[in-house]
Amino acid sequence: MKALIVGEYRNGETLECTYELIAFAKKLGAETAMFMVGGQDDPPKYDGKLYMADSAKYGEVNPDVHTKLLLDVAHQENPDYVILSHSSYGWDLAPRISFDLKAGQVSEVVDIDDGSFVLPAFNGKLHRKVTSKTGITVVTVQSGSLNMTEQPSGTPEMTLVGGEDIETGMEFTGYEEVESAGADLTKADVIVSAGRGIGKQDNISVIQELADAIGGELAATRPVVDAGWTDHSRQVGTSGQTVSPKLYVACGISGAIQHLAGMKKSEFIVAINTDIDAPIGEVADVFVVADIKQFAPALSAKLKRA
Amino acid sequence: MEILVCVKQVPDMESKFNIDTSGTWYDETDLAYRMNEYDEFAVEQAVLVKEKLRGDTSVADTSVTVLSIGPERVKDVIKKALSMGCDRGVHIKDEQYQARDPMENASIIASFAKDKGFDLIFTGLQSQDRGSAQTGIIVARVLEMRCVTTVVGFELENDVITAKRELDGGLKAGFRTRTPAVITCQMGLNKPRYPTLPNIIKAKKKELTTIEADTMATAERMVETDALFHPEKKGAGLVLEGEINDQADKLISILREKTGVIK
Ligand SMILES: Cc1cc2nc3c(=O)[nH]c(=O)nc-3n(C[C@H](O)[C@H](O)[C@H](O)COP(=O)(O)OP(=O)(O)OC[C@H]3O[C@@H](n4cnc5c(N)ncnc54)[C@H](O)[C@@H]3O)c2cc1C
Ligand SMILES: Nc1ncnc2c1ncn2[C@@H]1O[C@H](COP(=O)(O)O)[C@@H](O)[C@H]1O
Repeated sequence: MKALIVGEYRNGETLECTYELIAFAKKLGAETAMFMVGGQDDPPKYDGKLYMADSAKYGEVNPDVHTKLLLDVAHQENPDYVILSHSSYGWDLAPRISFDLKAGQVSEVVDIDDGSFVLPAFNGKLHRKVTSKTGITVVTVQSGSLNMTEQPSGTPEMTLVGGEDIETGMEFTGYEEVESAGADLTKADVIVSAGRGIGKQDNISVIQELADAIGGELAATRPVVDAGWTDHSRQVGTSGQTVSPKLYVACGISGAIQHLAGMKKSEFIVAINTDIDAPIGEVADVFVVADIKQFAPALSAKLKRA
Repeated sequence: MEILVCVKQVPDMESKFNIDTSGTWYDETDLAYRMNEYDEFAVEQAVLVKEKLRGDTSVADTSVTVLSIGPERVKDVIKKALSMGCDRGVHIKDEQYQARDPMENASIIASFAKDKGFDLIFTGLQSQDRGSAQTGIIVARVLEMRCVTTVVGFELENDVITAKRELDGGLKAGFRTRTPAVITCQMGLNKPRYPTLPNIIKAKKKELTTIEADTMATAERMVETDALFHPEKKGAGLVLEGEINDQADKLISILREKTGVIK
């Protein structure tokens, strides 16, 4: 069994998820080769065959161009699996190549079960076990779902690929960095975080009051930030900040994987939610089944009295 | 200009899910359904493009078609999209919806869209029930259209698209491309409007066609669902139920005992 791993490279560096993919392929029990559009002077730590295309020539994120380069390598290697990260890079590239390879694609894999793959469904409330029926299968792997124990090591046997110009109908016009001004949640000991379950913008004040009563910082989920209920500098998650306070209070937050990634390292987690099946329960030390609109003021009042 | 928006109907994620006897689907009895969250941004963007072009006499009238594949009940999300400003609805009636993989759905969408000359196709980044993030991209591959995914910023000037694509950690990448293109929409791209009562009434008069999925060319199924199940609860934290004041008292004493943050 053979797997072709697709490494990731951004802002001149190999991304950590590349190493997770190596661990994943090992768990599958596959021999591996790797493809990457990156920097040849600075290849990933890897013992195996590496097909390297130059990111200086082909760009770090141009889908049309990377699709063509990857397809060429896939045709040459003829793997059973092509493995990408379920990242913005991977979920963009995977269907482009699965279509051409006539391969079934399984997305957001969190576990392997006897040749089948386990994927989250229904915002993570359920899991789905699937089997691909095609000769080649394209897999995207959810970052953080495997416990990586080994430190990456090794020196690849590198083959440079590409060279010719590749036509693209999409012109990359540059990166836009994240605005960093505003709240720095990474230093807070206590974070009280508002999710969509708070119902409406006015209720932010109820959560802020609770934050004040415990002596913590206000944070929020992405939909709360996108709706303009609070600013982006307070967003926790993969597209916000990663925090690890002593106490994290999740108010009306479902616990989507992208939110969990930003807060699951908190020392103590309290969730307040009306739905006892909400996935936040997977990381919560205490799960209070209650309506946050009533519970937060009650808790604030008691804390202030104490 | 011709625009297509693809919307999926999904169960309300706050529902209590019970697995049905097939073991691969859930019991649909009494569940509430809604529009896939990401697709609301797709509908809004299509309508915004149409509204912007309305005053522009150099382009022929813009028309927005909204399409959904699924059983009879998915007409509700088509109607919602119509009341948000889409012009006509297409229901692709499909009784195999529980088993379809993204390649099949994409091939159905593509066989509808082929030869209709759509300049823009908007889809959601992903469906909340499946989360595969594949369908829009495959549609683009089949129809040989350009495709920008995970879009959080979109401008159209004649046939030139300026799009912002979200990468990880909040980093964004700018792209310039041209129509015809497929755009997959990420949360935060815009602020989806709420249908107003007059628009809901107006929507009732809009065209809504039904096509049977069986009559359309469809790709073969490549990925099969073996089982749908509740994940094991790993955390096994303490659950506090009951009266609010009791819950609050208990929580405070736990926090005193287990964390150093409350005196
Ligand atoms: C690429 C990408 C990046 C993302 N980045 C982030 C990110 O950085 N951060 C982030 O947070 N999300 C991110 N998301 C979005 C994420 O997938 C979820 O959509 C989001 O986290 C859900 O936010 P929520 O929990 O507030 O809302 P919902 O999922 O709508 O959950 C609301 C919860 O409130 C509960 N509730 C309802 N009413 C009440 C009540 N009265 N009292 C108590 N509880 C109640 C419900 O049971 C439910 O569990 C990202 C998504 C993608 C695709
Ligand atoms: N049954 C469907 N009917 C219409 N559009 C769909 C359907 N399934 C998926 N889509 C579209 O494809 C997007 C991505 O879905 P998915 O590939 O399932 O994550 C969704 O946000 C919709 O825009």
